Amino acid sequence: MNEIEDLKSNLKDLIIKWQETQRRVYFDVQKEDVPRVVGYIFNDLGARFIIVTGMDTPRGIEMLYHFGLDHLGKVVSVRTFIDGDRPEIESVTPIIKGAGWIEREIHDILGVNFLHHPNLKRLITADDWPEDKYPLRLRPSSGKGPEG
Amino acid sequence: MGNRTVIPIGPYHPLQEEPEFFRLWVEGETVVDIDVNIGYNHRGIEKLCELKTYDQIPFVVERVCGICSTSHPLAFVNAVEDLADIEIPERARYIRSIIAELERIHNHLLWVGLAGHFLGYNTVWMWAWRYREPVLDILEKITGNRQNYAMMKVGGVRRDIEDADIPDILRLVDDLVPAVDMFKGAILDDPVLHARLKGIGVLTKEEVHNYGAVGPTARASGVAVDVRRDDPYAAYDLVDWDVVTQEEGDVFAKAVVRVLELYESVKIVKECLERLKKTKGEIDVKVKEIPSGEGIGHAEAPRGEVFHYVRSDGTNRPIRHKIKSPSYTNVPTFKATVIGGTISDATITLAAVDPCYSCTERVAVVDKKTGRRRLNGEDLVRLSQEKTERIKRSMGL
Repeated sequence: MNEIEDLKSNLKDLIIKWQETQRRVYFDVQKEDVPRVVGYIFNDLGARFIIVTGMDTPRGIEMLYHFGLDHLGKVVSVRTFIDGDRPEIESVTPIIKGAGWIEREIHDILGVNFLHHPNLKRLITADDWPEDKYPLRLRPSSGKGPEG
Repeated sequence: MGNRTVIPIGPYHPLQEEPEFFRLWVEGETVVDIDVNIGYNHRGIEKLCELKTYDQIPFVVERVCGICSTSHPLAFVNAVEDLADIEIPERARYIRSIIAELERIHNHLLWVGLAGHFLGYNTVWMWAWRYREPVLDILEKITGNRQNYAMMKVGGVRRDIEDADIPDILRLVDDLVPAVDMFKGAILDDPVLHARLKGIGVLTKEEVHNYGAVGPTARASGVAVDVRRDDPYAAYDLVDWDVVTQEEGDVFAKAVVRVLELYESVKIVKECLERLKKTKGEIDVKVKEIPSGEGIGHAEAPRGEVFHYVRSDGTNRPIRHKIKSPSYTNVPTFKATVIGGTISDATITLAAVDPCYSCTERVAVVDKKTGRRRLNGEDLVRLSQEKTERIKRSMGL
């Protein structure tokens, strides 16, 4: 049994939707389950953390946590949606040190608040960039006009 | 706790071409903490790509990085081809690998030079850059440019390599091998470099995993991660080559990995060129439209994995394009490698992950009326020599 099968059987209660091609796996989970799922993939399966993609969609802020299962040649992406009006999710940086920067970046560009992030200060937006403007948001974040 | 002092490096520093800001907290000679600030150069390229068509984006993303200027377009076209399920012709696969490996060769030579410079070993710097020039000449011959080659497109490549040019390219590539032998000797057998670099800035296997480090930074710590082998693209599963690793994780191991990778890259380029002679046919497939969906593409850049995620809604532009470059997870490993070392080791430890510098400057003086070049490389060498002579004469030497 390989890691993909392990993943499917061990997390079967948490997986909402599963899509798989020869080299890519995408699956959806609830945002509350993200630390558990990510912790399992990173620590138990030993997958390589690649990056997190954040994007604003009509369904809310979509987050994709990408991992490499390199010896299988597969990229596994865990998908979750966060309420766009009050975007908040548990940080995975306490589990994966390498996620520190990307969570800070998503905080900068989409305004997601990562709970329990050890150091959620600005990474890429300029020091004088306004507090309540998020360049990759589709909707106005404070009702004060368009973004960016 | 001793007396703690902050040493700032950057954001603008004479040694660094790009702005980035390291703050070293030191007690005596020992570094006890480090903070890295970036964002001085943020250009909003991910957002920019949402405004460009699939055909235009390769031109944009090759400007993400001046040195990895073919790795980003390659990862992007891999992502779109994953999304739209496109198979590219075999000939295009060889050409993609040739360009990507020539890029790795000139990048690693550039790094060897810079690393020498950081250590005060300027002879290595001069020689490494002298042998980097012919590699750029090959790239110019194939693509028309020393950097920003504009070769990758969704469905194939933009330019072919003519059979008539292959012997010349092969000769230039062959000429590199003695040069690489020389660097191997100059670096790997030098007792001063052994003393200076061994056991310095050690990155453990565990920290490679924790930080998601990639490329030579990971491979020098015994983690054999290489997208070219793990999730093959271009022609990497068609030719014979090896993933180079070292176990020690120190700065010396990172240098060894890069020097030995030069041989593998030369091997790949030569085999691809030989096979190109026997593989006839198109260099691209016609791509009519990109369906809605999502795709992931990655490519092994000289510094490690470049990762692109593309989301399409079925129009001719992506609605989201996420880019991850290798330095994004390599630079934070400084927390694991610099702390506990001395200030004098910090610079080479910082340089050992090959943080990204852009090097695309060159000069050509063109006569506007005739369109002819008035100064070429030889003229510049001659002018430089004449100036040196003039200065020597004025000094009475």
